[in-house]
Amino acid sequence: MSSTAEHHHDDHHHGPAKGFMRWVTTTNHKDIGTMYLIFSLVMFMVGGFMALIVRAELFVPGLQLVDPHFFNQMTTMHALIMVFGAIMPGMVGFANWQVPLMIGAPDMALPRLNNWSFWILPFAFSLILSGLFFFGGGPASGWTLYAPLTLQGGIGVDLTIFAIHMMGISSIMGAINVIVTVFNMRAPGMTLMKMPLFVWTWVITAFLLIAVMPVFAGAVTMVLTDRHFGTAFFDPAGGGDPVLYQHIFWFFGHPEVYIMILPAFGIISQIIPTFSRKKLFGYESMVFATAGIAFLSFIVWAHHMFTVGMPLAGELYFMYATMLIAVPTGVKIFNWVSTMWRGSMTFETPMLYAIAVVFLFTIGGLSGLMLAIVPADFQYHDTYFVVAHFHYVLFSGAIMAMMGGVFYWLPKWTGHMYDERLGKWQFWLTTIFFNITFFPQHFLGLAGMPRRIPDYNLQFAEFNFMSSVGAMGLGITQLLFIYIIYKAVKGGEKATTEVWEGAEGLEWTVPSPAPYHTFETPPVVK
Amino acid sequence: MFRPLGNKLLSILVGLVSVLMTNAAMAEYALNLPPPVTSTAEEILTLHNLILLICLIIFVLVFSVMFYSMFAHRKSKGAKAASFHHSTTLEIVWTVIPVLILIGMAVPSTATLVRMEDTTESDMTVKVTGYQWFWQYEYLDDDVNFYSKLSTPRAQIEGREEKGENYLLEVDREVVLPIGEKIRFLFTAADVIHAWWIPQFGIKKDAIPGYITESWVRIDEPGVYTGQCAELCGKDHGFMPIVVRAVTQEEYAQWVAENQAPSDSTVSSANQGEELNAAASVATN
Repeated sequence: MSSTAEHHHDDHHHGPAKGFMRWVTTTNHKDIGTMYLIFSLVMFMVGGFMALIVRAELFVPGLQLVDPHFFNQMTTMHALIMVFGAIMPGMVGFANWQVPLMIGAPDMALPRLNNWSFWILPFAFSLILSGLFFFGGGPASGWTLYAPLTLQGGIGVDLTIFAIHMMGISSIMGAINVIVTVFNMRAPGMTLMKMPLFVWTWVITAFLLIAVMPVFAGAVTMVLTDRHFGTAFFDPAGGGDPVLYQHIFWFFGHPEVYIMILPAFGIISQIIPTFSRKKLFGYESMVFATAGIAFLSFIVWAHHMFTVGMPLAGELYFMYATMLIAVPTGVKIFNWVSTMWRGSMTFETPMLYAIAVVFLFTIGGLSGLMLAIVPADFQYHDTYFVVAHFHYVLFSGAIMAMMGGVFYWLPKWTGHMYDERLGKWQFWLTTIFFNITFFPQHFLGLAGMPRRIPDYNLQFAEFNFMSSVGAMGLGITQLLFIYIIYKAVKGGEKATTEVWEGAEGLEWTVPSPAPYHTFETPPVVK
Repeated sequence: MFRPLGNKLLSILVGLVSVLMTNAAMAEYALNLPPPVTSTAEEILTLHNLILLICLIIFVLVFSVMFYSMFAHRKSKGAKAASFHHSTTLEIVWTVIPVLILIGMAVPSTATLVRMEDTTESDMTVKVTGYQWFWQYEYLDDDVNFYSKLSTPRAQIEGREEKGENYLLEVDREVVLPIGEKIRFLFTAADVIHAWWIPQFGIKKDAIPGYITESWVRIDEPGVYTGQCAELCGKDHGFMPIVVRAVTQEEYAQWVAENQAPSDSTVSSANQGEELNAAASVATN
C-alpha cells in the first residue's frame, strides 16, 4: 500500500531542531499536534481544578469556602476553559497528528499558519486566567456571557473578550488548514468517499468553525463596545435588546456543540471497527449523517432560549427542528452497534472507551431529546437536569472519546505500548466516578435545583454530596491518566507498525513511533 | 489479570453505592418532578413521564443488542468477524421508525404548548419585576404593590445557626394568590435578566429588562409553593427565592383589602409573612 521503507532513511538530515526553539519554530504537524494535545491536557487539569472548587462549595448546604461572586467566576471559567482550552485544542491536536497520516500527506498544507494557530493559544488563555488577579475578578456571567449581566463585569470580562478573539483566529486558521490539506493533499487513489471517517468529521467540523467563530467574535465585540464605547446593542437602558445577544450567541453556540462532538464521533468510528475486526457499518450513511447533523445545527439555535418568551410559532418550529437531530444521531448509534454485531471483539482500553461513549453519550442524547420538548423544557431549563445533560454529551462524549483516542494512537505517537492494566483502571475509575458525579444531577434538576447557585435548600443535600464525592474521585483519577501517558512516553513495550491486530488505514503502515517525516513519497491507495 | 481487578472494583462500587443510598434513603429526596398543583404542571408531568418512558425503552432495546453482541461476538470465544458492512434496508428502517416516534412525541407536546401559551381571558394580572436580587409584585387589578426578599438569616447561611426547613426558600413577603382563577403574569426586570420559576406550577419565564413576557397559572389547591430565580443574575442569584401562598378567593379578597396602597410602606417593613394573619396585623397598625 505504501512505500515507507524508502523514505525514513532521510530522517537523519531532516530531523527536528534541538531544544526549546524546536517547539517555538516548528512547522511539523506531529510537533504541533503534540503541543496542542499537551496544551489541552494542561487546560483540562486547570478547568477541572475549577470544577472541584465548585463541587467543594456545593459539598454541603451553606457557604463555606468561597463567596458567591468567586463561585460564579469558577463556573464561568471552568466552562470557557474546558470548551475552548481543553476540548477544541485537543481535537485540533488529533487532527494535526492524524489527518496527514490518514490521507497519506507529508504534512499539513499550511505549516507556518499551523505554528501560529497553536502559539496564539497560550497567550489567549493567559489573558483569560489573568482576569482572576484584577479588581472584579474573571468573567462571572456564565460561559454564555449573556448581556446585560456581562456589561456589569470588571476588566476580566474585557480580557476574556480579547482572548475569545484570539482563540477564534486560532480556530479559524486551524480549520482552514484542515480543509486545504484534505482537499489538496490526499494520496493518489484516496477519493473523498475512501477517507477515514475521522477525516470526514473533521472536514465538516472545520466548515462549522469557519462559519460560526466570526459570529461569536462579533457578539463579544458588540459587548465590548457596549461596555466602553457608548453603544447600546444589548443594553436596554439605551434601547438595546438583550434577547438579540442570545440569538447571536446561540447561532454560534449550537454549531459549537457539534464542533466539539463531531470529531469525537470520528474517533469512535475509527476505534470500534479496529477492535471488532470488521469494517465500519454504513460508512456512507455515517458521512451523510454527519453532514446532516452539521446542517441541522444551524437551524435549531433558539432551543436554548425557549423561556425568553418567543411567539408560539417560533417555539414550535425550534422544537420540531431540534427533534429532527435525533434521526441522524440515531443512525450513528445504530451503525456503531451494527459494526460490533458479529465482529470478533476484544476489549482493550480504547475499545472500552468507545463503548462507554456510545452508551453514555446516548443517555445525554436522549435527555437532549427530552429538552427539545418545549413544555417539558420549561421545567428543565437552567436546572441541574441541563448540567447533567451537557456533561453526558461533553464529558462522556467528547472528553472520553479523546481519552480513548489517546490510548488508541499513543503507541503510534510514542512507539511504546501504554500500560494496559493501568489503562483499564483509569477507564473504570473515570467511568464510575463520572456517573456518580453526574447521574444524580438529573434528579436534582427535576426536583427543582437551579444551576449556577452556590448554596441550596436541604432537600438537595444528599445528591449534591454524592455528586461532589464523585467529582473529587474523577479529578484525582486524571492524575493516573497523566502518569500513564508519561510512562508510555518514557518507555514500555515496543509497539509494532500495525499496533492493533484489526487496525486498517495508512497511519498503521508507518513505523511506530511515526518518523518525523512521513509520506514524502505519496502512498498509492488502491 | 483483569478479572481480580474487576471484582475489586465492583466491591468498591457496591460499597460506595450502598453507603450513599442509605444516606439518601434516610432523608427526603425526589427522583422526579414535584407534585403538580396546576393543570399545566400536570400535563407537563404526563408528557415528561411519557417521553422518559419512550427514551428508556429505546435505550434498553438498543443496548441489549449491543451487550448481547459484546457477550457473544468476542474473539476470546472464538468469534470470527463477518464481512457485511452495509444494508440499505436497515438504514431505511432505522431512519423511518425514529421519525414516526418523534411525530408521536410532537403531537401531545404541541397540544400542551398551545394551551400553555394562551394567556387570554385571564381573571387578574400580576406584574413581576426582577431586581438584583429580589422581586417586586404589582397586582394591576387590585392596587397591591410590594417587594419580596430572602428572609433566611445570614447566620444560617454562614453555618453559625442550624438551617431551617425552608432554608433559602423563604421570603419576607409572600405572594398571595387566589385558587381557581386564571392569573396572568407579566414579567420584566430592572437591571439584568432573571427568570421566575415555580416547579409545581409548571411555569418558568425569563424576566428581561426592556421586555414584557407573559405566562399564566390556575392554581388548584391552597398551599405554599416555592421556587427560585432560574437565570444567572449575578452575585446573589442563588438568594432570590419565590414563595407563593395560594388561598381561597374569600381569603384573597380579605388580604387585598388589608394590603392595598397606600399602607404599602409600613407593610414592607413586616418581619415576615409566615402566616397570612401576620401580614394583616401589621397592615392594620
